[in-house]
Amino acid sequence: MPLSAAAPRRPQAGNRAYLFITPFLVCFVLLFLLPLAYAGYLSLFKDQLVGGTVFVGLDNYLRAVQDARLLDGVLRVALFFLIQVPIMLLVALAVALAVDSGLLRLANMFRLGVFIPYAVPSVVAALMWGYLYGPDFGPLTQLGERLGFAAPRLLGDSWMLASLGNIVTWEFAGYNMIILFSALRTVPVERYEAAAVDGAGPWRIAWHIKIPALRPALLLCLIFSVIGSFQLFAEPNLIQRLAPTVIDSSYTPNLYAYSLAFTSQQVNYAAAVSFLLGFVILVVSYAVLLLTTRRPRR
Amino acid sequence: MPTSIRHLNRRRLLTVTAAAVAAVTLAACSGSSPDPASAPAEAVSQADIDKAMTTPTTLTFWTWVPNIDQEVALFEKKYPAIKVEVVNAGQGLDAYTKLRTALKAGTGAPDIAQIEYQYIPTFSITKSLVDLRPYGAAANQSKFVDWTWGQVTGPNGEILAYPQDTGPMGMLYRADLFEKYGIEVPKTWDEFADAARKLHAADPKVYLTNMAANEAAGWHGLMWQAGSKAYTVNGTEVGIGVNDAASRKVAGYWGGLAKEGVVSTDPDFTDNWFQGFNSGKYATWLTAAWGPVFLSGSAKSTAGKWRAAPLPQWDAAKPVSGNWGGSTSAVITGTKNPIAAAKFAEFLNTDPETTTMFSTVQNFFPASKSLLADPAFTGQKSEFFGGQQVNKLFAEISGTVDVGWQWPPFLDQSVKDWTETAGKALTDSGDVAAATDEWQSRLTAYAKDQGFTVSAG
Repeated sequence: MPLSAAAPRRPQAGNRAYLFITPFLVCFVLLFLLPLAYAGYLSLFKDQLVGGTVFVGLDNYLRAVQDARLLDGVLRVALFFLIQVPIMLLVALAVALAVDSGLLRLANMFRLGVFIPYAVPSVVAALMWGYLYGPDFGPLTQLGERLGFAAPRLLGDSWMLASLGNIVTWEFAGYNMIILFSALRTVPVERYEAAAVDGAGPWRIAWHIKIPALRPALLLCLIFSVIGSFQLFAEPNLIQRLAPTVIDSSYTPNLYAYSLAFTSQQVNYAAAVSFLLGFVILVVSYAVLLLTTRRPRR
Repeated sequence: MPTSIRHLNRRRLLTVTAAAVAAVTLAACSGSSPDPASAPAEAVSQADIDKAMTTPTTLTFWTWVPNIDQEVALFEKKYPAIKVEVVNAGQGLDAYTKLRTALKAGTGAPDIAQIEYQYIPTFSITKSLVDLRPYGAAANQSKFVDWTWGQVTGPNGEILAYPQDTGPMGMLYRADLFEKYGIEVPKTWDEFADAARKLHAADPKVYLTNMAANEAAGWHGLMWQAGSKAYTVNGTEVGIGVNDAASRKVAGYWGGLAKEGVVSTDPDFTDNWFQGFNSGKYATWLTAAWGPVFLSGSAKSTAGKWRAAPLPQWDAAKPVSGNWGGSTSAVITGTKNPIAAAKFAEFLNTDPETTTMFSTVQNFFPASKSLLADPAFTGQKSEFFGGQQVNKLFAEISGTVDVGWQWPPFLDQSVKDWTETAGKALTDSGDVAAATDEWQSRLTAYAKDQGFTVSAG
């Protein structure tokens, strides 16, 4: 880089930049790093109703890695990730391409409509879906009865994960669609023109230009989804009320940590479980990154 | 009141985060603290009481009871020097989580708090409740129904709270459905089982009752009635017998009916459940004394069709009931004005005017003996129950509630373990009696892990 007249000022500009990010840094340290450190510290102790607090080193972690209920929860959210996330991203991709194609009437309305579920608070969403899934008086059951077949018990053991996946897809497909759609808007129009000149139709353009251009955005959505899936909490926690014996306290790892901390008063063990879950998410995210960014051999 | 209606919202999450942070702070700096509840303190002299009640003071009172400022106003009128600030800190578990946080943080706890009977041991094990004996509480014993006094008495005779409202259990039933299908009001559980089979056979869309697989509180009431001694608490020694003979009897009974498919097991206090009452899916509700008013507000379309009766009995010769719900006023450790706080709790729950007001304004079912014997209360006729004197019936039932029942100092855990063992077996048509063994072993393991000395109850 050639030296410029501005070069000597740079350190000052840097200092000023720090000034600007101070509010963020303060919040970040106070609300994120400090609680994280506290939780790490907590996870090394054991607090009993009788006997008080003692230092136990890594005992809580040793217990967590052997905890079958935690493992079940992790496997359940892993399955959820493998099935729900591809469906959700495909829906988001299809909608983003459709809106971007310019062939839709009222495209803006459509885009807003798909996005709105994300703006609905998850409490409201879970209440609404809980009603729709209702085993006796829910509209789906009623519809089944009218048509003369028994609707599946959507809040029962075998359907629960699919029912939750449906809620999450409904909530987050629009959010992912917006990310993909914004990425599409950054593709230079000249490429489409060049492709059109070369005789490519809309499908070919979508497949050979748009989707490759979306790779980084899709990757971003995928990483967000890894985190979201493994941290699944709000939806099962709210649906739990309607199916208390299907969604037990360890249905997902986050639900397990929550119930350990606030029902069982085992804050220390809950902290260890949370840290372990964080580690699992780190590993899975890294694996996803490795798998998806590997250059294909030619 | 049922407090199992709980939803997680963002505010609650914030609270729990705060609780976690507070817990850390505590872990970091918990040293030795004096033991306030170990020995009964000396009685406070009348002169001290008079002085405290005329010194300008502000008390903080955490309660979820609606319109309670009307009762509080009566106290402030009598003791103008004392101002009571009423704070709604959420109902049941929400309030307890906040209370625990404040207690751990050592600041921000109220002087007096609304606490349900079943949570008294949970807070007394952490020495968070002030023994009210030095403030003349013992003199009030005769004013309360015996079993309620047992509920607020600690293992060493401490008086930990004043009873406010109660929920002795009875059976609400649809007289019209009973008549239509020729069913007599069952007096024993055997008759109840026969009626359940008969009714469901006559109309497969109707169940004699719904035994909610999430309703540990109601289930405990039935264990109470059956004479289970599921929990015996003596300081740090606890006896756990959630699979004792009486508990297994209850579990086997309901497990059998659920497996036959003649009673339903829908979760309660959900939309589906409310609609079940309105549409006539459930022909009875085994509930508490607060149930009649609650139902009349929730199943309006069935007004006039309901009647109330005592719970069916295991032994018809010796009618017994259990309790589900109700709460107390307790003085919280750390209060700077224990005398005024104790006298406030006393006034609120023993003054004839406030106790009557609770039964008319809040529709509370009283713990006060004199009110339960008052014709003005028992003589009320309920239109929803076809003009029946429902209060009178439940007042009689209240006298049959077993006095000896105790709650564990870790009720939340027991409720969770029950839901995941017995409750699950109930919905899955499994062996519910066998599931109580799993409940027992899970709870025992938990109690040991928490440092208690555990014996099988």
